[in-house]
Amino acid sequence: MGILANISTKIVRRAFFPLIAALALFVAGCTTPGPGHVAGDVFDPYEKSNRKIHELNKTLDKELIRPVGVAYTKIVPDDLENSVGHFASNLSLPGVVVNNVLQGNVEGAFRNSMRFLFNSTLGFAGLFDVAGDFGIDEIQGDFGQTLYVWGVPEGAYREFPLRGPSTERASAGRIVDLFTNPLGYILPSPEKYIGTGANVASIVGDRGRYAATVDSVLYDSADSYSTARGFYLQNRRFELGDGDAAEEIDPFDLNTEGF
Amino acid sequence: MFEFTRRKATGLIGAGLAAFSVAPAQALALDNASAKKLVDALVGEINKIIASGKSENAMYGDFKRVFAKYGDTSYIAAYAMGNDGRRASASQKKNFSNAFETYIARKYGSRFREFIGGRLEVQSVRPVKSWFEVKTTAYLRGESPFTVTFLVSNRTGRDKFFNMFIEGINLLLTERTEIGAMIDKRGGNIDKMIADLK
Repeated sequence: MGILANISTKIVRRAFFPLIAALALFVAGCTTPGPGHVAGDVFDPYEKSNRKIHELNKTLDKELIRPVGVAYTKIVPDDLENSVGHFASNLSLPGVVVNNVLQGNVEGAFRNSMRFLFNSTLGFAGLFDVAGDFGIDEIQGDFGQTLYVWGVPEGAYREFPLRGPSTERASAGRIVDLFTNPLGYILPSPEKYIGTGANVASIVGDRGRYAATVDSVLYDSADSYSTARGFYLQNRRFELGDGDAAEEIDPFDLNTEGF
Repeated sequence: MFEFTRRKATGLIGAGLAAFSVAPAQALALDNASAKKLVDALVGEINKIIASGKSENAMYGDFKRVFAKYGDTSYIAAYAMGNDGRRASASQKKNFSNAFETYIARKYGSRFREFIGGRLEVQSVRPVKSWFEVKTTAYLRGESPFTVTFLVSNRTGRDKFFNMFIEGINLLLTERTEIGAMIDKRGGNIDKMIADLK
């Protein structure tokens, strides 16, 4: 395991365990579906308020985020846009490693530590994804995922202003992840906001870059709320390895007569 | 907003059949070979359409033909219509099937340009219940690789794909949600939904 991972573990022990304990209490309050709920189905008891937030998000997107994102992608050259994304993602890596460690994912912690070392040095402070060129891709890790590994249930589906789709478990994870990145404790104050800025720029840039995809969900589907919810939950569960997507209803069982 | 990470977003973009050349065949068990062959052939045909340089409208026609040839279209249409299919008349079912093929070809065909220069590599094939799961990795220029999975069955007597997942997102389920919402929005009127699909 990388040196970084070791440092991370220490920091985690000292700083995070009280926090995690507090969080466990919070998460214990996660809404759980009643009996008769099929695992893998959508659990959305807050649909009414979620839909209101969804409409707010669409308005924010239409009036502000989409135009800014599209302009950003148009104005900023592709190489620079990529570098902003790489830079932000590189700075987030130590936090990912912490979560890899908390999940007992030794390989993930090692690969991500190597990525961080390569990209921070050969990749000019993370502006270039040298590690990716060597085939060392990022192994995802966030605290919501850690909670999944620890056996915490998904909880209800939630949509948040600006952040968009989430679940109770994933949003609890996001809050903890504000503290899981060791760089947040090491970097001096003005410098660490560069990372935050790069992160925001990269999110806004992605809105422009993937405009056609996001537009098809938000503006071209008959019910954008359900579509966004389906995309988010399926993709998130796939990333977590939760449930087998191939567990289809048997194609031989469906009545296709007349179609 | 709807913070699609780069990987997620590429996955979503991948919600087309993808324009890729297929990597050299790997050693596979004999009973898996035909499922892989189908996906290879499908990908090859799509590549050819994109390379043809035809007009967008001509390409939609070609995509529709490929979808009908390689896809289990009656299953896909029946699944997409869901419970509403039970009250649909024979002619509504037939009209829906046809309109749905056009809709799929247009919806996904309009995104195929994003895949020019990319490729799809078959990673593994495994039997699941009565069908096969063909896992592939999509490599697009300037994007992180992502997973595209095809489900193949011989329900119709021939090997055809009947579903596809892009980074876990289920094409059939997505279309069932969409068709259901379209019918709801039109006060349960199936004919109106069919008319608007075209």
